[in-house]
Amino acid sequence: MKQLKLRCFALVFALGAILVLGACHKKTPPPPPPPPPAASAPTASLTANPETIDRGQSSTLTWQTANATDVSIEGVGAVQASGSQSVTPTESTTYTLSAHGPGGTQSATARVTVNAPPPPTPTPQTNLTEEQMFAQNVKDIYFDYDKADIRPDQQASLQADAAFLQQHPTMPLTIEGHCDERGSTEYNLALGDNRASAVKNALAAAGVSGDRMKTVSYGKEKPFCTESTEACWQQNRRGHFVYSK
Amino acid sequence: MNLVFRRNTIRSIHPMIRFSRLYFHPASLLGALLFLSALPGLAQDWIKTGTGLGVERVRIAVPEFKAANADPRNGELLKTFNDTLWNDLANAGIFDLVSKSFYPLGQVGSPSDVKFETWNAPPPNAAMLAFGNLGAAANNVTVQGWLDDVKNVSSPQVLAKQYSDSATTQAARTIAHKFADEIIFRLGGGINGIAETQIFYVSARGGRKEIWAMDYDGASQHPVTTLGTISLSPHISPDGSRLAFSSFTGSGWEIRMFSFDLNRLVSFPRFGASNLSPSWAPDGSRLALSSSRSGDPEIYIVDQSGANLRRITNSRGPDVSPVWNRKTASEIAWVSGRSGLPQIYIMGSDGTNVQAMTDQGYAVSPAWSPNGQFLVFSWMRHYGPGAPGAQDIYIMDVASKQWVQLTHDGGRNDFPSWAPDNRHIVFQSNRSGSLQIWSMLADGSNQKQLTTSGSNSEPDWSWK
Repeated sequence: MKQLKLRCFALVFALGAILVLGACHKKTPPPPPPPPPAASAPTASLTANPETIDRGQSSTLTWQTANATDVSIEGVGAVQASGSQSVTPTESTTYTLSAHGPGGTQSATARVTVNAPPPPTPTPQTNLTEEQMFAQNVKDIYFDYDKADIRPDQQASLQADAAFLQQHPTMPLTIEGHCDERGSTEYNLALGDNRASAVKNALAAAGVSGDRMKTVSYGKEKPFCTESTEACWQQNRRGHFVYSK
Repeated sequence: MNLVFRRNTIRSIHPMIRFSRLYFHPASLLGALLFLSALPGLAQDWIKTGTGLGVERVRIAVPEFKAANADPRNGELLKTFNDTLWNDLANAGIFDLVSKSFYPLGQVGSPSDVKFETWNAPPPNAAMLAFGNLGAAANNVTVQGWLDDVKNVSSPQVLAKQYSDSATTQAARTIAHKFADEIIFRLGGGINGIAETQIFYVSARGGRKEIWAMDYDGASQHPVTTLGTISLSPHISPDGSRLAFSSFTGSGWEIRMFSFDLNRLVSFPRFGASNLSPSWAPDGSRLALSSSRSGDPEIYIVDQSGANLRRITNSRGPDVSPVWNRKTASEIAWVSGRSGLPQIYIMGSDGTNVQAMTDQGYAVSPAWSPNGQFLVFSWMRHYGPGAPGAQDIYIMDVASKQWVQLTHDGGRNDFPSWAPDNRHIVFQSNRSGSLQIWSMLADGSNQKQLTTSGSNSEPDWSWK
């Protein structure tokens, strides 16, 4: 307790010191203005407009110099003391302007960013393997806690699964029953078995041949998610479809 | 013998659950019955284990055994022997071990060293004295052990034993277990001690869940299987020669059988779908198990060879974890989800006379006591979404359905299994922060953690 008080005092003191020093600093006179630049030194500026283009488009470089006798832009060549020029880079490029004069050398840069063309259109779905199509189209079925009945909100997924599987009558599949981490190992294996069977029976009722469908229970042995939250538990209470030969 | 008889007649435990701890009622059986009839409101809180737990404990002194010769190996062997003997007697649950600080000076290596008046009067005030000597010679170690009734000066000797084995610490441990079990048998109402029993369990310490074994006190932990898949629910056969368990095979869960005679897996038929939780009939001739081969998990019975599979339940929802009445073999307790959340049921071993033993919460993992009188099981009495509550081990008197809570220390406690002495229970708990094996006395006292490495679960205590 004593230590805590001491710490509080130290903190208050430190804050006070910062405030006082900060206030003092404001009162110090401003530093003297820097000396004017040497009259003979060259100046240079370079801008690109627009700074970002798509490949094949142009951008305009605009530059201005003073006190220079020899002005060049890397990648463009010698140029007038001031002016503008259109460029069409194929890749992102940094343009450097160099101005040489009796007072020295000054340079300025401008960057033009070239966006890569959009990727080619994806290959049509006919190029997907059967397994990839299966993974994209067959949705897992989720269950309520300690239940193996198909929930009303899972009927849409189930009907879509059934329709897809009927369109692809040769795809073999395994339905895995999974449970959340709560409850007992052995009971959850039996419950997972009931969940896998419930999905199989519902698909069979919707017209999918039962011979194609294997079932297996993992209980709580192979969770999708390992946090102790309801969101995670819901992820683990499911009938999971696996493309299997 | 008088002592044994008297202790055998006093068997009551009176747990006062309002204090959340068990309170041992020191009254006689008659007193207990009178109390019971006088207070019908408390009647449901009564159990008696019939094993001497909860009675006044035998006060026993165990001075360290003496070196019988000057062999340099004696020091290490004596330390192992003395520690093991002390722990076995302390774990037995029927002794009050006299603190070593009360012992008289001087070692007691043989009966001629015993000065009765220094042991049978305060401060030690011992009723019994276990003592002896140990000596290594050549490749062997020899132990002489005695048990004296020091209050009976004229005829004190209760036990005199001599053991010889190879001169290793493992052999010293084994000899200590044997001597401890002799003492426990003599002073514990003729019930065999458990110091030489084994516990089988599931360990994931190697990454995959394999079946492991250890001594009853957690020593000598070693793997039994190395299948590289998921193996669960080990159950040792009553004669200790085979281990049944359930293992994931890729296409489903199948019953596997390990033979300790052959030290390898032996064939067992594959029934298809999920085959779970095999348990042995007390004569070793049959197994009960859960199979979903019909499309729904049901309880089946099968011969120990795997032949004659027959179904004995027919109810929608999970039916799993069957265990036999270890005394009569005529009943099976199991877990069913037929009414919603899992509950404990019992039925005849032919599937008749189904009876619910619990009707609330989430009740799983029954284990039938060796004397047939009790079930222990894991129960979340108040369970539901948003209110998971604690999962604790409970003991229930089968005839009256009266139950008492045995664990109160938080965490999820599951998979209780009885020791053959009817006095000890092993179970799994995550109360220490990870899933580990614990043991306790059947009244909930003396809870001890047996494993620490990795994750360990589903303990099964050997039958002998």
